[in-house]
Amino acid sequence: MKIRGRVWKYGDDVNTDVIFAGKYTYTIKDRAEMAKYALEDLDPEFTRSAHAGDIIVAGKNWGCGSSREQAAICLKERGIGAIIARSFARIHYRNCLNEGLPIIISSEIQDLVKAGDEVEVDFDRGEIIVGDRTIKFPPYPEFVQGLVNDGGLIPHVKKALGLV
Amino acid sequence: MGRTFAEKALGRAAGHPVSANEVVTVEPDFCMSHDNTGPISRTFNKIGVKKVWKPERIVVILDHGVPAPSSDHAVNHKEAREFMHNQRAPHFYDVASSGGVCHQKFCEEGFALPGQIVIGSDSHTCTYGAFGTFATGIGRTEMAAAWATGAIWFKVPESFRIDVTGRFNENVTAKDFILKVMGDVKSDGADYMSVEFHGDGISGMSIAERMTLCNLGIEMGAKNAVCEPDQRVLDFIKGREKSNDWEILWADSDAVYARELSYDLSSIVPGVAKPHTVDNYALVESERGVHIDQAFIGTCTNGRLEDLHAAAGILKGHKVAVRTIVIPASWEVYRAALHDGTLETLIDAGCIICNSGCGPCLGAHMGTLAPGETCISTANRNFKGRMGDKESFIYLASPLTVAASALKGEISDPREALKG
Repeated sequence: MKIRGRVWKYGDDVNTDVIFAGKYTYTIKDRAEMAKYALEDLDPEFTRSAHAGDIIVAGKNWGCGSSREQAAICLKERGIGAIIARSFARIHYRNCLNEGLPIIISSEIQDLVKAGDEVEVDFDRGEIIVGDRTIKFPPYPEFVQGLVNDGGLIPHVKKALGLV
Repeated sequence: MGRTFAEKALGRAAGHPVSANEVVTVEPDFCMSHDNTGPISRTFNKIGVKKVWKPERIVVILDHGVPAPSSDHAVNHKEAREFMHNQRAPHFYDVASSGGVCHQKFCEEGFALPGQIVIGSDSHTCTYGAFGTFATGIGRTEMAAAWATGAIWFKVPESFRIDVTGRFNENVTAKDFILKVMGDVKSDGADYMSVEFHGDGISGMSIAERMTLCNLGIEMGAKNAVCEPDQRVLDFIKGREKSNDWEILWADSDAVYARELSYDLSSIVPGVAKPHTVDNYALVESERGVHIDQAFIGTCTNGRLEDLHAAAGILKGHKVAVRTIVIPASWEVYRAALHDGTLETLIDAGCIICNSGCGPCLGAHMGTLAPGETCISTANRNFKGRMGDKESFIYLASPLTVAASALKGEISDPREALKG
């Protein structure tokens, strides 16, 4: 799989409260509706104008804080193609994979791109292409790859239980 | 080579010895969820399994918006209620005087037991490490899958050892200590790790204090946080335990750690976390005089009886200068504080007492903030917009510091309030 998209660039320790505010966690139930509030308290510009296929590039510890899954769902529903960060907070890391939202750990891209740049990600080759630079990223652990191949946790569980 | 707590607990659950970085699949002893049980049950239904794997292992405690502040919240509660009824799952804590904040209630009811594996669809599930439990937060979809399969995967975490010696000086608390640790370790300093608190400084702490420490494990990125279970834990769980299949487990003295730190509690002084991150540590004395509009005492971090006693000790015979919201962490705490006169002392001082639940901690209701307002809170998160408007400000502190600050309407040092 290959994607190409425009970069939204953020710093370190972006928490799940600013990705999807706590006040909405029990009032917004529709997945598509969640997408409208993505990153509202961090970057109103993203909330207004992020497009399907866009790529988030962030610093360390993306998604720290609450276990709220809407922080992954709102980005998935917004059509975000991938999140590339130096590191991810662990619950959010699992939530993204469970949702089938591709996440990539890389510490090289941050210094090479600015907001609005176009980058390409080739998941099969494990490569991020920025202009004439190619950055390699490591494959998922075997167990996680199985989850990703099945399209997220629920399809993975259904398959394991023989329900598909 | 010795084993860490996480290696022992996950090894016990896996049925064979395990080491850090191995991936294991284990059966959880208990699964905790709260108001998000509604959405979890919808996802569960999509899987296509009719019954949860073991109904007696599902624990549901409504707390995030109780009583329901909106019909949307009420729908979640209704779904949770119907799901637990249909599954004939016995451990349901509804909006009633048997309830409270999920993490407090879970422990009071004897679900947090040494050596067991608990998963919760809430990040502060790590609180149960105060009882020697391996407890960690997960997302909603993952909980739905665990209900269906009775299985969850973990990478066995590397461990982070924090040695703690000595005793607190007067008017310094476990919250001041853990905020200092947060300032040192930072919000990703324990990412994916199991944080172990060791030493006589921990064995000298009450269960409530240990819960405060473990509660903030997630704020440094940890998978779980844990204190060595001792006689205090055994005394607490006696007569409450909801399972017999538990075992005292602790790290070997020659276990291998990815990171180590040590602290002497006598060197800790009152501290705060400034807006908008939990690791933005500062001494109370350097923040003294910062104007506040609201004070909040409660939550799974600091809403226990001894926290209310600490606040009442400062507020007794005085009047608060700003609106001060007190929320006991459970109805067991509420009832005890009612009986021993603590609530009356707080009401006399001008505080309002709300029913047990998460309250304004996550900005749902009962004390949300207006633009430009500042709250000093005993909770565990001060992220931007957490308690309401994104242009509001949250300082985190101990119940003593929050109470002292409420009296003056500005951040104040509890050591001075108690002198006066």
